[in-house]
Parts: sequence; C-alpha cells; structure tokens
Amino acid sequence: MTNLKLTVLSGKGGTGKTTVSVNMALSLPNIQLLDADVEEPNSQYFLHPNFDKEENVFRKVPEINQSKCTACRQCVDFCEYNALAMMIDEVLVFPEICHSCGGCEKICPVNAITEVDRVLGVLKHATTEYDVDFWQGELNIGEESSVPVIEALKEKTDQQKDIIIDAQPGTTCPTIEAVVDSDYGILVTEPTPFGLSDLKLASELMDELEIPYGVIINRAEEDSDEIIEEFCQKKGIDILLKIPFKREFAHLYSDGIPFVEDYPEWKDKFKTVFEQIRGVIDGKNYSN
Amino acid sequence: MEKITVISGKGGTGKTTVVSNLAYLAQDLVLADCDVDAPNLHLLLNPEVESTSNFKSNKLAVKDESKCTDCGVCHEVCRFNAVDPVNYEIDKYKCEGCGVCVAMCPEDALSLKLLDTGKIYNSTTRFGPMIHAKLKIGSDNSGKLVSEVREQAVAKAENTNKDLILIDGSPGIGCPVISSITGVDLVLFVTEPSKSGFSDLKRVAEVIKHFDIPALAVINKYDINEKISRQIEDYLKEEDIELVGKISYSSDVVDNLRNAQLIVEQDKDNKVSKEIQGIWNKINKRINKTR
Repeated sequence: MTNLKLTVLSGKGGTGKTTVSVNMALSLPNIQLLDADVEEPNSQYFLHPNFDKEENVFRKVPEINQSKCTACRQCVDFCEYNALAMMIDEVLVFPEICHSCGGCEKICPVNAITEVDRVLGVLKHATTEYDVDFWQGELNIGEESSVPVIEALKEKTDQQKDIIIDAQPGTTCPTIEAVVDSDYGILVTEPTPFGLSDLKLASELMDELEIPYGVIINRAEEDSDEIIEEFCQKKGIDILLKIPFKREFAHLYSDGIPFVEDYPEWKDKFKTVFEQIRGVIDGKNYSN
Repeated sequence: MEKITVISGKGGTGKTTVVSNLAYLAQDLVLADCDVDAPNLHLLLNPEVESTSNFKSNKLAVKDESKCTDCGVCHEVCRFNAVDPVNYEIDKYKCEGCGVCVAMCPEDALSLKLLDTGKIYNSTTRFGPMIHAKLKIGSDNSGKLVSEVREQAVAKAENTNKDLILIDGSPGIGCPVISSITGVDLVLFVTEPSKSGFSDLKRVAEVIKHFDIPALAVINKYDINEKISRQIEDYLKEEDIELVGKISYSSDVVDNLRNAQLIVEQDKDNKVSKEIQGIWNKINKRINKTR
C-alpha cells in the first residue's frame, strides 16, 4: 500500500476546503496536513496546534552597488516584471514584485548587482493533540508571490505518511503549485451558480494537469444539488461526499471546531472517501 | 469620481452578493469584476457583452530546436526548474517568462513568446457599464489583468460621466488583491464572524493600512456567531474602520442567488434588504462628502 498525497482545492473561495482538509485529517491515522493556503492559512484555527518550529522562507532580490553602477540600463530593460527602474542615473529596486530569476545579476556588465536574501514568509510546524503532523506556510503581509512559500512548504512532506494539502482557491500558479505533484485532487464546491461556475474552472485545470479528481459538495441541500450533479454526471466525475447544509455546522466552523468532533459518525464517512480514493490510485497504478 | 473596492481576505464571505445588491441601490455606476481568477459578478448581473478583447502579458520561453545543441545552460540558469534536465524541454506551467535562459543561451536558440493571459469583456448591465475578465486557466500574472480591468473601468467612467466605480475584488492578500486596490479611494471589507474570517480580515486590513487607503466594513451573516461579531466590532473600532452595517444570516439570500436575483430588488421589505439599504445609505453619505 503506497502513501497517498492528495490536495483539497476549489475554484471559488469559502466553499469548504479547510473544513474538508481538517475533518478528513482527523478521521484518519498517520496523517500529515500541509496548509498551503499561504495567503490566508486557516487550518490552524481548528487544530489547536502547539507550534514548535519556525523557519523563514527566503528569496533572492537584487541589490545595486551604486558606486559600480554605470547606469547602462541593461538590467532595467531586461527585467520582465518591472522590478527595476531608472531614476535619473540610479537603478531602483522594487523587491515586492521581483520574481528572483537572477537575470539582472547575470547580465550586469560591471558586476554592480548582488543578490541578497529577503524574507518572504514563514513555515511553522506543530504537533497537535490529534494524530496529525501539521505544517503551515504563511506569506508575509505586503508580499505578492505565494509560490516560493508553497514550494518550501512541500519540501516538508513526510514520505512515511499520507498527506493532505489544503490549497489556495483559484486556478492560477499558487493553486497549481500545491496540486501539481499530487496523486489526487478533491474539488470542494457548493450547490449555487457561483459554486458550479468555479467548479468548472477547477475541473478544467485538473484535466489539463492530468490529475485524477473527485468532488465533495459542501452545504448540500436536496433540492439544489442537481446543478452540481448534472455537471459531474456529464463529465464522469465522481461525487465523493455531500456535507449537508446545517446551521450547526456553520456555527461549529465559526468557533474553530471540526464537526467530526461533535458528529463522530462522520469520521467513517471521511475514511470511506479516503479508501475510495486509494482504490482509484492503486487501480491506476496496477493497470499501468 | 469615487472608486471603491470590495475585498474580504477570506473567500466566500459574500463580496459578490454585496457588490451586486449595492449596484442596484446605487444605480448609474461602472462595475468592475477584478476577481479574474473566479469571476462571478456576471452570473448575477447578466451583462450584455459589447466587445471582447484578448489580453496578452504572459511570456513563455520557446526553443528553436534547429539551433539547440543540448548544452544545458538553460537548465542551469533557470531558477524555476522549468527546463527538464534530460531533454531540455520547457515546462509551460513552471516557466515564469523571466528571460534568463534567453539571455544566457550561447546559441541564441531561445526566445520569449507573448501568450494570451485572458479575455476582457466590455459589457452593459441594467445599472451601467461593466468591465470583467477571465484569466486563462493556469495563467501567471493575474495582477496585470486585474490592473487592466481596473484601468479600463476608470476610462469607461470618464467616457460615460459616471462618478462611481464599484470593484469586486478577489480573496487573499497577494498580487491580485494588491492590484485591485491600487489607486482606489475606499475599500469595503465584507467579513464573516468566524475565527478564519476574523483572522483573514486582520491580514487583509494590514495590507490596506500598508497602502494607506481608508476602509469601511460590513459583517455578513453576523448572527452565526454573535460573540465573534462583537470581537470584530471591537477590532474595527480600534483600527478606526467604520462598521457600516451588519447583515443577518438568511436562506433568502442563497435562494435569490440560486435564481440569479438580487434580494434588494425582489423583496425590498426583507430584513436583509433593509440591512443592505442601510449599508448603502452610510456609504453614500460617506462618498457624497467627497464626490
């Protein structure tokens, strides 16, 4: 039995990625949970983590040695992100928008550029009172690029455990970085036109990345789910689970209480979903 | 002209619901959907698209195989692991279009190609013009597309003599959010009383402070957890952010959304409609001082 790495994602924010990630993690043994929603990491509010380790995530940004710089502009013209600008005869650096490609340092004809470390975010490790090993990434306020923090977070992956990654919403780089090497994606949605529209985008992304996936409908209501079910049926996507719309669930969420604590029968449902996914992956590996 | 961006930090707190209902109450304005990654405003406002344009800003390194000698320099210099170490193929998802490989290739075999980043729609709604966009799946540079939508909305407002632009922002605190608040006069936070919602509000409020933009706040679904709602109210007071209203939790809101309808239009005597009307009155009073 191989260990599984699965990512919980969604096109739309606020559909219940964290609810699914946390409750599923608490329903399974020997799990590592990585919170890769680094702009707004929220799993921590449900896990009562005891943070015991902190590591800064650095990236390189240029520093100009003005005494060497001849104001030739080559670096300014080179930078695709406009992170360098010419101010009269001095080069200015805008580190927040720098992508750390290192190009300016390489092309400077007079070696006036050196790269210095800049703290972009932080990784935090915690033990929890549950059987969950927890890491989260956190982007610093005012910084623009989440991807390097997510990359660094993923280096914390423990090969001996099954892994659940809580991704950032959307279909752009930060979400892709979280999911790109996962075995499986769980797409969380809600039965509204917004939920459907954003589910379509997320499913298009997964098709492009060629990663198998299934759907969990959160805030499910009998007479409304059809909108999602119809789409999934047409595309042949498995609906793994429905989490019903309940005011108690919303209230538990607001207080940072995973609902499997108050409704332990849900642990079996999450376990079943997880085993179903393992079956899909093992089946796929077997047929290969 | 007054430009207001609606953001929340956390997703799903009700930004788009608030924007669309405020648009009905405001009338005669320009709307912009800057959540280009997962745009939803059009689902409620049903705009008529007048013109569509392609927006190109992403770049991708492409290789001329006839010049490539497999020397591997591109792989060595790429910081994004976008060049395969064996066959030197370029991974289009990992390539950030920085151009380092292009500059360093000794055979001049690489170049940067401009790619479609997304589509921009110039539309009309029953409340006024609307600019919206759809980022291409898997695209980088959403910030540039967001800026373009915002700028086109400003140009539209100038051309059509509108004095209000309402911008629907995206969740988070990163690049697209920062692009959506650049140059605006006012930010409206839509938050919800949950531990996550509160924490995310604080993070995004820090970003706004960093850019020194005045902010107002709405607590949506406030009665889901009145204890946290009170904590948020205390926080807003401390931070000098005016609370312009609280919206009750009601399934009527979701029912209207499912039918692509606006609650303030369908049922103006509904409790929620009255609450949103109160919010609009306060915002309107605030912007009329400067308008």
